[in-house]
Amino acid sequence: MLSIKNLQAEIDGKKILNGLDLEIKAGEVHAIMGPNGAGKSTLSAVLAGRADYIVTGGSVTYKGKNLLEMAPEDRAREGVFLAFQYPVEIPGVSTTNFLKTAVNEKRKYNGLEPMEATTFLKMMREKMEVVEMDKSLTSRSLNEGFSGGEKKRNEVFQMAMLEPTLAILDETDSGLDIDALRLVSDGVNKLRNEERSFIVITHYQRLLDYIVPDFVHVLYKGRIVKSGDASLAKELESKGYDWIKQEVEATI
Amino acid sequence: MSELEVGIIGQVVNQEYKYGFSTNIEMEMAPKGLSEDIVRFISAKKNEPKWMLEWRLKAYRYWLTLKEPTWQNFTYPKINYQDIYFYAAPKEKIKLDNLDQVDPELLKTFEKLGISLLEQKRLTGVAVDAVFDSVSIATTFKDQLKEKGVIFCSISEALQEYPELVKKYIGSVVPQTDNYFAALNSAVFSDGSFVYIPKGVRCPMELSTYFRINAENTGQFERTLIIADEGSYVSYLEGCTAPMRDENQLHAAVVELVAMEKAEIKYSTVQNWYPGDKEGKGGIYNFVTKRGSCEGAYSKISWTQVETGSAITWKYPSCILKGDHSIGEFFSVAVTNNHQVADTGTKMIHIGKNTKSRIVSKGISAGKSHNTYRGLVKINKKASGARNHTQCDSMLLGDRSGAHTFPYIEIGNKTAQVEHEASTSKIGEDQIFYCNQRGIGTEEAIGLIVNGFCREVLNQLPMEFAVEAQKLLAVSLEGSVG
Ligand SMILES: Nc1ncnc2c1ncn2[C@@H]1O[C@H](COP(=O)(O)OP(=O)(O)OP(=O)(O)O)[C@@H](O)[C@H]1O
Ligand SMILES: [Mg+2]
Repeated sequence: MLSIKNLQAEIDGKKILNGLDLEIKAGEVHAIMGPNGAGKSTLSAVLAGRADYIVTGGSVTYKGKNLLEMAPEDRAREGVFLAFQYPVEIPGVSTTNFLKTAVNEKRKYNGLEPMEATTFLKMMREKMEVVEMDKSLTSRSLNEGFSGGEKKRNEVFQMAMLEPTLAILDETDSGLDIDALRLVSDGVNKLRNEERSFIVITHYQRLLDYIVPDFVHVLYKGRIVKSGDASLAKELESKGYDWIKQEVEATI
Repeated sequence: MSELEVGIIGQVVNQEYKYGFSTNIEMEMAPKGLSEDIVRFISAKKNEPKWMLEWRLKAYRYWLTLKEPTWQNFTYPKINYQDIYFYAAPKEKIKLDNLDQVDPELLKTFEKLGISLLEQKRLTGVAVDAVFDSVSIATTFKDQLKEKGVIFCSISEALQEYPELVKKYIGSVVPQTDNYFAALNSAVFSDGSFVYIPKGVRCPMELSTYFRINAENTGQFERTLIIADEGSYVSYLEGCTAPMRDENQLHAAVVELVAMEKAEIKYSTVQNWYPGDKEGKGGIYNFVTKRGSCEGAYSKISWTQVETGSAITWKYPSCILKGDHSIGEFFSVAVTNNHQVADTGTKMIHIGKNTKSRIVSKGISAGKSHNTYRGLVKINKKASGARNHTQCDSMLLGDRSGAHTFPYIEIGNKTAQVEHEASTSKIGEDQIFYCNQRGIGTEEAIGLIVNGFCREVLNQLPMEFAVEAQKLLAVSLEGSVG
């Protein structure tokens, strides 16, 4: 479903991704770990189509199409979803209104009529339960004054509403309390199915106890330098990144 | 500003102005230019009482002594008053009560604008007075209003039917000598709406006037007078459009509101005159004097405006808070794009005790436009316990537009509480990208963000107009991104 080959990208003239390779099949969950500044958020931003990142080489194929040629809104309509590390506030626009617009834009793209108001509200209620999101949040301005955890929960709620085929979660676990972490993970697990793939970016093995990944990758200096199964995360948790860094330096 | 912002926000493309058609209809025009004879001509055409003619002439003579004001935060080419038609009316005589006799071309024009004067759409429960160039075309729902004693008609008709009421109130809030454009309007005003709500009556429906400039080189000088007698309530809405023309056209209206004891007037404007093209050619000069007087205790006047059109908008809907405990409100959204200019705000003059005023102004500037908030809060010596809260927010799209704020505060009484808050923000690429990532395209994203920014003001509008206004905001900013 997603095939990243030798991806290179820079921002403001600084090279961040240096020949990144990653293959993801439908239904798989891939965890990406790596030290601060390695390029994890950069990867998610490039996949989502943020324009200030310039792709200088490589290719990304998504559902057989050249993802890099698509406008960011079209990528979203084609099922790419990014749960932001730092969700943005939009004053005066309620989460409900925002999501109604998003859902209907996607429907329009797929040649469907706007969703009936009652159907939409019913869907809202169902999906809110998935992450046990407080009702009052949806009528407030999007993310404005939300606590860190509420913002993250709202990201997962939006993901549930938009039913993506490729969901990228960028540190959705940071800032969550223990109960919220469990809820959000449960939410993600409920959304797991054969068609839907996940890229889960995290610093903590703890999340991966809840969302058990099929693969774990280490991103360092803009490349995937090590891949393994869920046990790799445990190894990282106990050993840190130094041994990997040393391995990488040794091969250069 | 990053490369991206220049890329998406910077490119200014002309917006579509969908009201830019003109109607082919035979017009009767007075000769071009302004003179005492023209003033007499207009007054005679309307078969006005003699005092009205004298009143107009007084205004005209005073106007001759004045110079155009120059204190505003913009310049505009000198207006040649001898090159304007001051009177234009559809040739065919129109019976006001019978829509069947209205020229079908005219009815079609209003249909195209989405304002049906015909029965079917009257079900929406809004009474409409439609003004086409200089004359009022039709006022709907008259009978139902009459039952309640509400008078809603054109000011020409009011001069025939209720001359005493007109004589008592016209110029009582905005005198002929008030300012340059008010004097001009007083001399040559052609038509407009007249509303009287009797004591204790809650007007059963929204009243609405729709202004349309059609003929070339005409000025539109409408005059609106609304009187809410003791304990009454009325909500009034005006809308306006004009065809696309290369030349600038002058629109200099006067609106006067009078609220007696415990009366409330809610006056909403959705202004969408032709703004000119993307190079700044053409468009309407909207130089308007709007003022309300809270005459009685516990009265309330509330102005809400959504200004998206006009090449230049220059107006300050104001409240004179005479009655003790009276309340003045001003809610404004002004959007400017391309080369548009808006210099708008309000004056709140606190005279009575414990008077309150509230100002919420939202300015959005895109393209190379300039958007100025200019407001005065004045607390008179005797106005003890007066309170004002002002909030002025500006939003910039791109980095070639400008936002300016000039709050003037004059406090003559120590017990006054006056608060002012101001902010300037930019639509961030972060916000736009966040929307994009949820499948919302950039234009829709800007519409959404701008509407959110204006939420507080839009919430003041009657329901059906709020929806229109939201669309209008999005359309006005269309093409402000590449
Ligand atoms: N505009 C910019 N100009 C220069 N460097 C930038 C810019 N934006 C990001 N970077 C750099 O790119 C590198 C990768 O950043 P990125 O956010 O992708 O890291 P990350 O792996 O997500 O880190 P973290 O774990 O801290 O979230 C960092 O060194 C960062 O400082
Ligand atoms: Mg990051």
